[in-house]
Amino acid sequence: MHRFANPARFLRLSAAILPWSAGATVVLLIVGLYLSLFGSPPDYQQGDTVRIMYIHVPAAWMSLFVYTNMAIAAAVGLVWKHPLADLFAKAAAPVGAGFTAVCLITGSLWGAPMWGTWWVWDARLTSVLILFFLYLGYMALVNAFDSPERGIKAGNVLLLVGIVNVPIIKFSVDWWNTLHQPSSVIRMGGPTIDSTMLWPLLVMALAFTTYFVSVVLLRVKAEILARRIQTLRLSEAQG
Amino acid sequence: MKGFLRLVARDLRLALRQGSDATIAVMFFVLCVVLFPFGVGPEANILARIAAGVIWVAALLASLLSLERLFLTDYEDGSLELLALSRIPMEAVVLAKTLAHWLVTGVPLIVAAPILALLLNMEAAGFGVLVLALAIGTPALSLIGSIGAALTLGARRGGVLLSLLILPLYIPVLIFGAGAIDAALNALSPRPHLLLLAGLLAAALPLAPLAGAAALRQALE
Repeated sequence: MHRFANPARFLRLSAAILPWSAGATVVLLIVGLYLSLFGSPPDYQQGDTVRIMYIHVPAAWMSLFVYTNMAIAAAVGLVWKHPLADLFAKAAAPVGAGFTAVCLITGSLWGAPMWGTWWVWDARLTSVLILFFLYLGYMALVNAFDSPERGIKAGNVLLLVGIVNVPIIKFSVDWWNTLHQPSSVIRMGGPTIDSTMLWPLLVMALAFTTYFVSVVLLRVKAEILARRIQTLRLSEAQG
Repeated sequence: MKGFLRLVARDLRLALRQGSDATIAVMFFVLCVVLFPFGVGPEANILARIAAGVIWVAALLASLLSLERLFLTDYEDGSLELLALSRIPMEAVVLAKTLAHWLVTGVPLIVAAPILALLLNMEAAGFGVLVLALAIGTPALSLIGSIGAALTLGARRGGVLLSLLILPLYIPVLIFGAGAIDAALNALSPRPHLLLLAGLLAAALPLAPLAGAAALRQALE
């Protein structure tokens, strides 16, 4: 792990991965969108509105996936003082917040025709809303200090505190009687969703993941370069 | 243990001599609740229906009010660094200061709550549960809040940031606290809600000082 603490090595590695992950994102998005918009059947009850699922569900998975990864990075950053783990958490936060916002908005658009309401205060929706606030709180906290290191460390503690919300979101549909349906893909006894709908969903989920990888690599790279510029300026000013 | 008690006594003495924090929290709590009859209208049955939620939300905001100063004054005059150097572990420092904060701001809220419930026409069946739920819930609020207070130490606009960080984490306490009272008013058993609330407190009691101490150490680095 400490091999990757070296920023120069990270930059070389990310330059090697980035074209592949970006290319994979484009290809997977095109295939996934084609499959989900034209290649899959409409639902027998919901009609064409079921196609919202192919955006909504991957975005929801990503919102949890990104937060969990940020919390792991926060733990690594706090325990081993790993500089890139800190940067990863900071770089991933706006992307994760974006996925959460997409999940909430598409869920609302899906709920309006299907449930007859834009929003209900059930456990799943409320806990995802809290997740969104946690992302926003983390971003505000990281930027609230004059020294960036202090902000990132405070943010790491907050990420670890907020991890309690992740299992609550995951199991909210099982623990409480919610309007939101229980999980139909990742469950004991195999998925209950038909394979004609499962495949587009998985392709879209993969596309979202490669998109996340590409954007985070770019953002970490930008952060490293920004720090380099700041160091150069400071040494210039000391002259 | 002796150092822990001394720290609690010191914070209590400071709070009582200055005298502002406790009274301001209660005043805010009362005013906040009194605003609702003006906002939603004075119909007795509507007020009785929303009383539990209104009192809980107001208690939540009132406990948030003085949290910003939980560590700030000690941080600014340097006594927090002396405490960090002393033999008392940082976790115990956080716990002692949180306990003092709860005694100063939480307990007056519990005392004032039944009077406010009376003003809002809450049925008598809910009174005992209201006090009990607040007695279990407000220490949890102080504990969760101490994490936020430690994290935002030295931040720009710390107070606003603190509410942004802490209010989402307060939601579970609010749900079960208000749920217990609603259950009692609807002739159901408030026991499951109160047990869950106690569970939150039992989880926050060891975990919040750990997180708070980690945040304080970073602030002092």
